[in-house]
Amino acid sequence: MARGGDENKKHLTRIALIWMVLAVILTPMVYFVWGPHMPPGNMADNAEGQRFDNTVLATVATPVVLFIWVYFGYALVNFRRTAGDDTDGPPIKGHARFQAVWVGLTTFIVLSLFVFGTYELVAPKGAGTGSGASPIWTPAGYTDDQAKSTLFQVQVIGQQWRWTFRYPQYSGVQTTELVIPTGVPIQFNVTSLDVIHSFWAYQLGVKADANPGVNNISFVTVSRTGNFDIRCDELCGPLHGAMFSTGKAVSMGDFNVWMAAQLDKYAKVIPLLPPYATTYLPQVDGGYYDPSQDPLPPDATLPSTPAAPAAASPSPSS
Amino acid sequence: MIDEQTIEPAVSDGGDSSAPALEKGRSFWRRPNVLTGLIGGAVGYAIGHWLGNAIASSYQEVVGNGENNFALTLGYLIATLGWLGGLGILNYPLAKIIGLRPEPKYDEDRRLSRYFRYNLDHKVVGLQYLSAMLVYFFVAGLFALAVRSELLSPTRHLLSPETYVAVVGEHGTMMMMMMTSAILGPFGNYLVPLMIGSRRMAFPRLEALSFWITPAAFVVLVSGLIVGGFPTGWTGYAPLAIQAKQGQDAYLVAFGLMGTSMVLAGFNIVATMVNYRAPGMTYSRVPLFVWAMTITSMLMVLAAPVLVAATYMSLMDRTVQTALFDVNHGGSSYLWQNLYWFFGHPEVYILALPGFGIALELLPVFARKPAFAYKTAVAGMVGVGVLSFFVWQHHLFDSGINPDMRPVVMFTTELISIPTGIIYLVAIGTMWRAKLRITVPMLFILGGLFNFLLGGISGVFLSDVPADGVAHGSFFVMAHFHYTIMGGYIFFFIAGIYYWVPKMLGRRLSDRIGKWHFWLMFIAFNSTFLPLFAVGQLGMPRRVFQYAQALQGLNVWVSISAFALGLSLLVFVYNLLKSLIIDDKKPIEENPWQSRGLEWMTPTPPPVDNFRTVPLVVSGPYEYGTGAGPMAVFSATSATVAEGAETR
Repeated sequence: MARGGDENKKHLTRIALIWMVLAVILTPMVYFVWGPHMPPGNMADNAEGQRFDNTVLATVATPVVLFIWVYFGYALVNFRRTAGDDTDGPPIKGHARFQAVWVGLTTFIVLSLFVFGTYELVAPKGAGTGSGASPIWTPAGYTDDQAKSTLFQVQVIGQQWRWTFRYPQYSGVQTTELVIPTGVPIQFNVTSLDVIHSFWAYQLGVKADANPGVNNISFVTVSRTGNFDIRCDELCGPLHGAMFSTGKAVSMGDFNVWMAAQLDKYAKVIPLLPPYATTYLPQVDGGYYDPSQDPLPPDATLPSTPAAPAAASPSPSS
Repeated sequence: MIDEQTIEPAVSDGGDSSAPALEKGRSFWRRPNVLTGLIGGAVGYAIGHWLGNAIASSYQEVVGNGENNFALTLGYLIATLGWLGGLGILNYPLAKIIGLRPEPKYDEDRRLSRYFRYNLDHKVVGLQYLSAMLVYFFVAGLFALAVRSELLSPTRHLLSPETYVAVVGEHGTMMMMMMTSAILGPFGNYLVPLMIGSRRMAFPRLEALSFWITPAAFVVLVSGLIVGGFPTGWTGYAPLAIQAKQGQDAYLVAFGLMGTSMVLAGFNIVATMVNYRAPGMTYSRVPLFVWAMTITSMLMVLAAPVLVAATYMSLMDRTVQTALFDVNHGGSSYLWQNLYWFFGHPEVYILALPGFGIALELLPVFARKPAFAYKTAVAGMVGVGVLSFFVWQHHLFDSGINPDMRPVVMFTTELISIPTGIIYLVAIGTMWRAKLRITVPMLFILGGLFNFLLGGISGVFLSDVPADGVAHGSFFVMAHFHYTIMGGYIFFFIAGIYYWVPKMLGRRLSDRIGKWHFWLMFIAFNSTFLPLFAVGQLGMPRRVFQYAQALQGLNVWVSISAFALGLSLLVFVYNLLKSLIIDDKKPIEENPWQSRGLEWMTPTPPPVDNFRTVPLVVSGPYEYGTGAGPMAVFSATSATVAEGAETR
């Protein structure tokens, strides 16, 4: 079928030409023009990492999408039946080389993306996603024993329907506002008091589910001062949509000033708080205990008043 | 070689000379029908509720919210039994159990009323499925419009938070749970026997039962709104599900029922495809649509039992105070997530594969070429099916469970794009130098492939853990799966309706209105969901009623487009009503698309036994342009000839 071969070559050349012109123009544009503006910004190392991933994936996807579009467009124009032509097309049942190239190419792209994604996950220490109670990729200074960890620690506590934050290195003070210093590696310890929430600090590139009874750790280093949005990212009940707040990243000096004010403001409340623990499970009487203490020693005395800001008893009926 | 016999002429089957004399039986009203089913359901509910209160009146004190979940659940379950009993579905098995020997009755009633009764003809069940699925789809679509109306404003303005979250849950659950059978139910049941040259299904009772469970599941699900709705969305995450109000019981019972229906329907189709192929219908001649149905059915059979078990466990937590998912008493909130997504991820391929099946089945017909790389296509679909069981933990990337497993799951998830890519390979190859006929079904196929491409590519962003750190749980995910399911699956489903309704009902839907429908729907769909990728990347989580002020412009755009999308579906309804009911019932050509498919070789609409003689399949279904004769021959002796052919 010499004629068929010529036809094939003609169409292939045209499609390849159109595709290459578009791909050569658009792919670098996606990377260089659009890439720097991709979400979620550059406020923290994780955010930059996620933006880089978004950029790379969009860049890889561009020629693929373009090829399909160009092909479909070309086919719709050139491979149409002409009016009155009721005959069938050429009976091509397969083409071993084309199939092999196609499967080989997609496999190559997929494997490359896997290597890339794994590197981007491991190198930046979990890339801001929740990495469980004992993360395996950790920044220097991290130890499983939180008391010895030199990282700046913030505990994020989700409950229906608000976020509260505890600073174990500052007498375990609990605040309703999240303020963190820039320039130091921060360890978020995310947990929940009732149902599953998800702590999403959008501009920081941090997302970690808050599971009851689980400590979910995520790391971030913030490079710029400013506000960031905190949203609950896992459906947690009717007011899920209203469960958001705004956090602040400030310089270490400003943070110390703010923290001194908090310690002063909450001086009387701190002793009433349940002792700091990685997780809190509600007791029937409304208090909280550390499951590592379970079973409770016989002389253990739980705080009698659950009056702390975050320690409102979970109401099972709500 | 066998002489090319003339294809069985389109003789109406009015004569039925060979069939045994029909027993017309009693009139519609005096036999089990939908109404007796409803009565049975109402009586069953009363009994169940009373029984629940009698057995477990103290549980409500334990729960402390004054609601007796036990009574409600038992009410739902016994109501379902009553509904099935009222329909007469239980007569045959019960008679068997007590030792009678019931005569299997083949109801050959051709009156319209057969659609309102328990009927064992797979073509009746297929049409029952089709009409029911369209009803479920439109109801669920109305919920979506309510959601979009609320999202016109960045603060709450139309629905209360409880109502909003209940409406979101109803929309999601109805779409994801009822629509699992949107293609397999109508087209799988109707066409698989016709396409493989069988006169019947392997298990007609299971098939009919699988259909009659769906209305019960639907009513139970909707009734959840009366008792307060459920706040968990379609995923039913556990600690929230345990503290939720009674609507959650509706969700769990309905999902469990639908899971049961999926298992039954799946078994039937697998058994039929394996055992009921006509002579000469070798595995390499089985139409791609039948392959897709078979693989989908296998996924259903393997995945849905896990769902049924999970809903059962959650119901136990809610009714009899077990603590399987209750962290405070030693349960695990991860357990539900794992069980649920072990079902849930194969489920999205239960939704994708039938769509691929329709696309690959119709492309050769309208390209007038053989399906490109037939065997690779089958391998691709099998690959999607197998891999779908190994990816579910990508729904738990941020959850903190098994952080070291994430590269593995990332790998399997990205791997699945290879077999999915094969679908595009087949489409590209089939369209190569083709003589494309741009008909309405073909438009929907092309539109669906266009949409599914964007859905699939956005899925790669979600499989990459760091990029998923932004997209997870945001509107990006929402846009992603609407592109694959609404943009792919539903477009292919509609293509199937335009393509096969002429076969099923002998009427052709209007091409002119169909083209309006397509363009309106295609544009409105993309205008609705394309901006949502951006909305998600800009930080808007799913299922919220409050969002950043800056995103209002995009959201209003999306809402208006969503209303246009609703309008386009009204055009579809208008087309259905006009073409099928109002217009002149002029007979159409027997094979309006000049398809080679075996399903077009019977009279329209097909007689009860599908084929008057067993077809002998002599060539593949996609031999366009090869000069091969018809796919099958019919002759009085084909049954005997077939024995020789079978041994090949």
